[in-house]
Amino acid sequence: MPESIPADSVGLVSPATLHIDSPLKLDCGRTLSSYDLVYETYGELNADHSNAVLICHALSGDHHAAGYHSMDDRKPGWWDTAIGPGKAIDTNHFFVVCPNNLGGCKGSSGPNTINPETGECYGPDFPIVTVPDWVRSQSVLADKLGISQWAAVIGGSLGGMQALQWAISLPERIRHTVIIAAAPKLSAQNIAFNEVARTAIKSDPDFHDGDYMRFNTLPRQGLGLARMLGHITYLSDEAMGQKFGRELRSGAIQYGYDVEFQIESYLRYQSTSFVERFDANTYLLMTKALDYFDPAKEFDDDLTRTVANIQAKALVMSFTSDWRFSPVRSREIVNALLAAGKPVTYAEIEAHQGHDAFLMPIPRYLDIFGTYMQQIAAEVAA
Amino acid sequence: MSLRLDQQIISDWIPDGAKVLDLGCGNGALLNHLQERHITGYGLEIDNSKFADCIRAGINVLQADLDEGLSQFADQSFDFVILSQTLQAIKRPDFLLREIVRVGKKGIIGFPNFGHWQCRMQLALGGRMPVSKALPNAWYETPNIHLCTIKDFEQLCASNNLTVLNHSIVNHEHKDSLGIRLLPNLFGQIAVYLVQQQKD
Repeated sequence: MPESIPADSVGLVSPATLHIDSPLKLDCGRTLSSYDLVYETYGELNADHSNAVLICHALSGDHHAAGYHSMDDRKPGWWDTAIGPGKAIDTNHFFVVCPNNLGGCKGSSGPNTINPETGECYGPDFPIVTVPDWVRSQSVLADKLGISQWAAVIGGSLGGMQALQWAISLPERIRHTVIIAAAPKLSAQNIAFNEVARTAIKSDPDFHDGDYMRFNTLPRQGLGLARMLGHITYLSDEAMGQKFGRELRSGAIQYGYDVEFQIESYLRYQSTSFVERFDANTYLLMTKALDYFDPAKEFDDDLTRTVANIQAKALVMSFTSDWRFSPVRSREIVNALLAAGKPVTYAEIEAHQGHDAFLMPIPRYLDIFGTYMQQIAAEVAA
Repeated sequence: MSLRLDQQIISDWIPDGAKVLDLGCGNGALLNHLQERHITGYGLEIDNSKFADCIRAGINVLQADLDEGLSQFADQSFDFVILSQTLQAIKRPDFLLREIVRVGKKGIIGFPNFGHWQCRMQLALGGRMPVSKALPNAWYETPNIHLCTIKDFEQLCASNNLTVLNHSIVNHEHKDSLGIRLLPNLFGQIAVYLVQQQKD
């Protein structure tokens, strides 16, 4: 918990809820007649509404990107390293908006919220939403906030995919797209990892085909396993080695099957803490949104044609040790933008932290990111 | 940002409004300078320590290893592809030269002339590998692994069917002397060539 709020923090923040009554037609064919979006904002919207940036979260993220909800919080928001006064996304210049995605589990309409048509929790009946669906719902939020064009849409991992989709789907509504540690679509290996995670959840006897809430239980084992697996793919071999090595909890091998190595203990801690804060149906849905993401599919798998209508300038960044979405995957996006003659800047950041590097305070990364954002601030006179 | 001597020569050769690719763009000084004349394009650079400078200069900079070639770019997609003071640090200069004239309608290559008399003297009389202002590193730590003379470069162009459209040979003081005009490979320190692939 913070004893005092650091000077470069956005401070104490609280989420807002937007209730939307106009229907949202989803890619899966179903329609949400009404829905809620929970979001947080940091900084001030300027007079001509030109300084707004949208932060898109990744698989297990939410709307709480920066600052603290109370002085009792153990940690700040998930991207506090990048958002705040004087930070890369400088709240002295930008009005930062971060919503919880539809299908999430932190307040926006999703499996753990009430279906207004039945009066009961959606549970597994919540429709699968896609990255383009998220972009559509986020554009409704932008309308309500009076933002006709984002100065930038920014995201890492699945968030980066939303930033790319924004530039493709609504080219006139976004000046810059910042795509970090992302890919233009998942590889077979990426999908395979997601499927193992889903299988872990679905085969938990407490899953009850997703109706676990009705049975007053949670698929703790399955969701925890899914998180363990996910966590391994977010870190690099080197990062894990540096952090844990082969260190033993008790100092000596016990010749048994209990937790012995520190890495085992860490993964178990990650899994149990995650189960308390995340919903299994949302996890399934988010992994599906990842698997389905493939904007080039509508353009005969031609990514260059897919990005041909983009008007935004792009900043693409990747991390050397990221093996979930390696630099090669970011270069696919970059090369398509180049082939289409679009303005793009691309940096490959030397980092040992793996996929999670995009959340870390890596000086070179934040320097390039922050400088790019300063240019945007100058451009929109924020 | 101020331009190096070879960059000034290059800048003079590029007409307003051209589309360029700058290989090894460093802090983006050349592209920044060219932008004032509506010359647009991208800079490629392997070292991202100067990327913040490039971004501040309004340059589109991309991290890339020139030793891997320019496969991300289509044939003849730039008016000019520039390689300035970098040729000597490339693993296969012949391969990159072919890539330059594939991607660019014209290529501009600037390099330090290893045939300069001071280099020759250091090796011939001193018996040591030459160290100069343009090539300041000792042999064991130099990134300049493929040094060539003006004659060598012209030979490489000829063997790859490249036409030399223009060239400028100068010394560090940018003085065009009688010596340089008569014996460029002996008195020139910096060479800049404008080349083009011969049409079949």
